[in-house]
Amino acid sequence: MSILVDKNTRVITQGITGKAGLFHSQKCREYGTQMVGGVTPGKGGTEVDGFPIFNTVEEAVRKTGANCSLIFVPPPFCGDAILEAADAGVPLIIAITEGVPVLDMVRVMKKLKTMKSRLVGPNCPGLLTPGAAKIGIMPGQICTPGPVGVVSRSGTLTYEAAWQLTNLGLGQTTCVGIGGDPINGTNFIDCLDLFQKDPATEAILMMGEIGGNAEQQAAEFIKKNVTKPVAGFIAGSTAPPGKRMGHAGAIISGGGGTAAEKVAALQAAGVEMALSPADMGAAMKRAIERNRR
Amino acid sequence: MKIHEYQGKQLFATAGVAVPKGIVARTPDEAAAAFTQLGGAIAVVKSQIHAGGRGKGTFKEHPQQRGVVLVRSADEARDNAKRMLGSTLVTIQTGPDGKQVNTLYVEQGLDIARELYLGVVVDRDVGGPVLIMSSEGGMNIEDVAAKTPEKILTEPIDGESGLAGFQARKLAFKLGLEGTAIRSAETFLKKVCKFFLDSDCSMAEINPLVVTKQGEMVALDAKVSFDDNAMFRHESFNALRDLSEENAMEVRAGEAGLSFVKLEGNIGCLVNGAGLAMSTMDIIKLHGGEPANFLDVGGGANVDQVTEAFRILLADPNVKAVLVNIFGGIMKCDVIVEALLSAYEKVGFNVPLVVRLEGTNVEKAREMLAKSGRPIIAGIDLTDAAKKVVATLKA
Repeated sequence: MSILVDKNTRVITQGITGKAGLFHSQKCREYGTQMVGGVTPGKGGTEVDGFPIFNTVEEAVRKTGANCSLIFVPPPFCGDAILEAADAGVPLIIAITEGVPVLDMVRVMKKLKTMKSRLVGPNCPGLLTPGAAKIGIMPGQICTPGPVGVVSRSGTLTYEAAWQLTNLGLGQTTCVGIGGDPINGTNFIDCLDLFQKDPATEAILMMGEIGGNAEQQAAEFIKKNVTKPVAGFIAGSTAPPGKRMGHAGAIISGGGGTAAEKVAALQAAGVEMALSPADMGAAMKRAIERNRR
Repeated sequence: MKIHEYQGKQLFATAGVAVPKGIVARTPDEAAAAFTQLGGAIAVVKSQIHAGGRGKGTFKEHPQQRGVVLVRSADEARDNAKRMLGSTLVTIQTGPDGKQVNTLYVEQGLDIARELYLGVVVDRDVGGPVLIMSSEGGMNIEDVAAKTPEKILTEPIDGESGLAGFQARKLAFKLGLEGTAIRSAETFLKKVCKFFLDSDCSMAEINPLVVTKQGEMVALDAKVSFDDNAMFRHESFNALRDLSEENAMEVRAGEAGLSFVKLEGNIGCLVNGAGLAMSTMDIIKLHGGEPANFLDVGGGANVDQVTEAFRILLADPNVKAVLVNIFGGIMKCDVIVEALLSAYEKVGFNVPLVVRLEGTNVEKAREMLAKSGRPIIAGIDLTDAAKKVVATLKA
């Protein structure tokens, strides 16, 4: 079991004829994901490395039975690509694209609220269910099947966490990167809820970072709704206020969004916090052992 | 991207948002001429830097001189401008180093009846922009929010249609405005919100926002910044960028497509991914060191970009050691090592270097390092790497 993606997920790539789009579609296929085609307007009817290309998402869905779209289109067109996928009825949309204007996401999310699709991202590494499906850019070899659900705002920090877990003999149900932008499709609470309900997930590891208060809201949710052991880490405890740390969402502003506040809120919700990024896997182990007692 | 007050006001004026009359001055004589041209009995001379707190700030070279002053004659404007131009203004937001003032804005004085606060930002919880207002103009809004939250009023702004007339009136009545000020506020607030959306702002703050004795709402200040990700549709804004306000290393890194923030410490960091880069800063501090920078080389960087990243790090005299932390996903570890060895050849490392590699092509990368014969210290994992780089400074 897993959340959101498994062996039956059929994926098309929007922007498959771009360099990144093609490279990662190939990597996902090598991992065993059902990559059934791609969309590039104007190149419909052609083929690239065995992937059939369609002009529109609607056509791609109709002809391939895809139920997931992976988006690599450049930032100016990403919002439109998300809406095209939603309009075609794709249930799960994963936007990898980094650098989407925040007001584009405001408009996209307002429309998505009236539609049935779930968006993960943008500016995210995607999802990986070890041994079943990799949809996005996470390196597959560092993950292994097992009982831990992983959710994070940061890509490479997710890899670090998955690697630490794997080395401690703790495999993962699904790793989800929700992305580093201030407005995104899927948040911590969505993933915590899915992991709590997933019978295969026995424990949850979450990595947050400075900026906003998504982690504080997650802490409230955990207190009320999550019975499984949870461990966490917050990146950016040494970041100065007012400086944007790469991610558009990672900025301490107005005295809010500091790592200390987030750590305190999660600890108060019973989350086992790693105070060093080298301690994430070990913190998960401690949380699981504490829960057994 | 941040812009100056006078630039913000020029954009406001174009968007139909009321601002006082004002003239840019870059010499004392220009400041005096501006006073005369404005033609009033009083004028305000304002330092143009990308930081707030200017009115209370003072100059390093002239401790009695404030960053914003009221003047009553052309001579007074000239005298103040002489002390301000080319001098270093220190405010609560500039840090102790302060910022050099190169431009002044000379503005007409107004008959002020009320001072209010206005801010527009994107609120993550609401999922869109919000208009924030308060009766406490001129105050630090975070202090107001903390001490008297009931004085903060907010209205969500629709991402497409902007602020509705009734929302503007609701705020105006709650703020206790009367008579013609209600109509003026409705026009003003709708236009500010439209400007925010049309220009892809990340923040627009007017503090104070004033209501004149004549019942007109006017922006006495303008603190505007734009969403960097949306600059592709606002090419004209590039001309508003003031590179002298930005850190030279950050500008250089930006040109190379690298995400870089200069910090106070002495351990240079080169990392892939924003979250891991922040975590690397954190773990250095945890083991007793101080990071000199945040540097995310991203996932798709090539050898040239990474070489430039090393150049930027090594050009900083504060950097006494370098920690490279790469978890290869899209980024291949051997690309980093290739750049590192090229940096050794072209730039030369004059400080100790600790490298921790994991992920894609790590075996190949480690082999390249071993064969190179360079004195590179290998970090086995995150903790080991952080401890080793801190230890090099103590040796």
